[in-house]
Order: sequence, then C-alpha cells, then structure tokens
Amino acid sequence: MINPHPGLPELQYVKPATLQEASKFLADNAGVAKPYSGGTDSFVRLRDGVLKLDYLVDIKGLEGTKELSFDPQKGLTIGAAVTMNQVASHPDVLKHYPNLAEAAASVASYQLRNRATIVGNICNASPAGDTIGTCMLLDGVLKVHGVDGVREVPLNSFFLAPGRTVLKPGDVVIAVHLPVPPKGLVGTYKKLGRNRIGDLSIVGVAVLGYPTNESASGYRFRIALASVAPVPFESFKAEGVLSGKKITSELIDEAAVATMDSVTPIDDVRGSARYRKQMVKNLTREALTEVWTKLSK
Amino acid sequence: MTLKTITLTVNDMVETVDVPQNMTLLQMIREKLSLTGTKNGCAAGECGACTVLMNGEPVNSCMVLAAECEGANITTVEGLAKAGKLSKLQDTIIQAGGVQCGFCTPGMLISATALLKRNPNPTDTEVRSAIVGNLCRCTGYVRIVDAIKMAAK
Repeated sequence: MINPHPGLPELQYVKPATLQEASKFLADNAGVAKPYSGGTDSFVRLRDGVLKLDYLVDIKGLEGTKELSFDPQKGLTIGAAVTMNQVASHPDVLKHYPNLAEAAASVASYQLRNRATIVGNICNASPAGDTIGTCMLLDGVLKVHGVDGVREVPLNSFFLAPGRTVLKPGDVVIAVHLPVPPKGLVGTYKKLGRNRIGDLSIVGVAVLGYPTNESASGYRFRIALASVAPVPFESFKAEGVLSGKKITSELIDEAAVATMDSVTPIDDVRGSARYRKQMVKNLTREALTEVWTKLSK
Repeated sequence: MTLKTITLTVNDMVETVDVPQNMTLLQMIREKLSLTGTKNGCAAGECGACTVLMNGEPVNSCMVLAAECEGANITTVEGLAKAGKLSKLQDTIIQAGGVQCGFCTPGMLISATALLKRNPNPTDTEVRSAIVGNLCRCTGYVRIVDAIKMAAK
C-alpha cells in the first residue's frame, strides 16, 4: 500500500569520502545502514515501513562510481552512480550494447531514470528488475568493495532469493563490468506491463543471439527472464533447443515452449501465474523471431 | 535529529537552508522555501507531480534527500517565468486548454521544458514518452501534448 505522506522515517544521511570509510561504516552498522544512490527503491520501501534503516550511506561521491566508459579490448564499465538515462543515451552503449540501452529505457519514467541506476537495479535483486537479465546475458561481473578489499562477483552467482544477494555487510558495489560483446550480437528486451510504457514488468524477456562455429546451428542464443521466478534467471533448457539444429520458425516455437516450461511464476496483483506462463511463451517467440530475422539478414 | 546546513541555488537564487536529514527535496522546497507550486502526489516516484529540474535534468523531488543537494541547481515551476513573463510552454498550455484541475501542471511543465531543451522538435511519441512519469487524471493528455507541440514550433 502506498503511503502518501511525503516524509521519510527518521534517519541520518552519511556521505563517506572513501570506499574504505564506506565499507567500515556499513559493516559497523550492519542491518541499519544501506548504500544509497538514487533511492528509487529504498525510498518507497522506507515509506511503506518494509525497510527500516538508521543510515543512508551515499555512495555517489566514491571513487569509480561515476565511471561510464568503453574499452574495445575490455568492454563496458558502468559505475554504481551512473543513471539509467546516462546508460540508455551513451553512444558506446547504443553502438555495442543496444539491447542494454533498450532495457534501461524500458524502466519507469524519464525523471525516475535520472535517479535510478543499473547497479541499484541489480542490488535491489527484484525478480522484476528490467536490466538484470540483459546484464546477465552479457556476462556482467560486479566489482565489490568490502571490508577485506575489492573482489569480483559474476552476476550468475549473485542472486539468492527475492531481494537477497551474496553481498555481505560492508560491501559496496562500485561498478558492473560487461566484457566486449560477441561479434555480430543482436539482442532485445520484451517487456509486458499493465500499460505500454512505464510500469513494472509482468513478464520481461531478454534475448540475444550471435553467430558462432561452436554450435551445430551456427548461432548461439541466450534467454533471460524477469518476473517469472524468485530470481532473474537464464533458461539454459530453451537455449539448448536452439543450439543443435538449423534455426527455423518451428524450432523457435519449440524454444518458446521450453522457456515457458522452465519458469515458475506466482500470482500477484499484476498478473496470474497462468497468464505469465502464456506471455513468456509469446514474448520469447516474438523476441527470438526478431533477433533471428536480424541475424539471418 | 541533527540538522544539516546546505547551500544551493533555487530558481537562480542562492539559498542556505537547515534541513532535517530525512527531509526530501520536495519538503524543503515547499516547507522551507514556501514554493508550493511543486506538488506532493504519490510520494513513490510514480505520479510526477513533484518533478523539478536538478542540475538541468528532471527528477522526482520526493525521491531526493535535501541533504544531498549541497551545491545543486534547482528549478521549480516558479522559476520558468522570467521577469514576470510566462515561458512559451506556459502560454501554450493555457491556449491549448491543457490545464484543468492543475495539480499535474507544474510537474508536467518541468518535464516538457526538459524535453524541449534536449529535443526541440519532438514527435507525438517522443512527447508522450517524455511525460510517461507525469500522471494527469483530467485532460486525457491530448491537449497537453498539443500544448507541448505548439511550444516546439
């Protein structure tokens, strides 16, 4: 239930000067302090009383959090304080990772995307996170600063349950790094909301494909789903369908059904489990067909 | 709770304000600076009634802490008119009949002002995309879109 009161519960705003200071503060105040960048998820949960905190720890001034850069050898680095709009409009993102720009642009509204971040979307670990699937398919790796220093955490081992990740008290995600995309990459993100733009996803389907000699079909496809399982996940079962045989519309249909069979959605205010399953099939078919049409040109 | 003193620019005026640490930018604008043009609607970042420009970009001011606005440059609806003269968009929204109850209008004007700055000649779809985060329950949007297109000409 939305609480229309404009105020937030009592809390302190903390702005550490260094990553060490931030990690120490967060570890010393485990459970009552949280990293803060755009606040687009935290504020709603604080107002609703679902999230209780004594401290919001602003990470926007910390080293590396504002970085948004592309290196043709290394790939793309997106700092934790880089907004969805900055990502969606960056020339290198549009050129090399257009599917990520598309996913970022599908989130909420323009003014919210001026505060919301990709890293925040990931750390919030909502099953509905619109940019998570695409970052997973692009083999994203998080750079995490903890009390013991910096470590890397791949996205495919990051999520535990809705809202829960492997992050420990004291951890600050500095950035997400996406390696150089495979040659000839085509991708898309299909999102079903209650209205055409701006809503949370009832179902989200991220698909990418690229030519490769390593599979019998000559192509590799990858499919990740939002809002249809406890955590954003990749459907290896459906991907397997597309690796062994020549790609045809019948095979795409088969992969769409396999994707549907791999999801475990729930009933909620935005849609029933049954509806979600059907929509997974339809949107996967639509996304795969779109990607395949572009790849086979 | 300890207050935090911040200095920022609001509508071209430098202001120094003592704010509680949990105060939002929206509350500061309305309650500390008495600029009540900016509205509180949903307090969840969905309705856009609280939209202001922060360093030139529209944000939901209900989702920003005042304490983090040290040095920021804020424009509210009160800052759109210059020297007592309405902006072109403010004129066209009146001409087009894009105002009914008026609650969404301040946020709508801010979003549309930012749109016209980054894209001086938007299509209908671009206009509608830019105001996705500004809910209006009166007009059905058509006249608002008309007004934004008129201002673009």
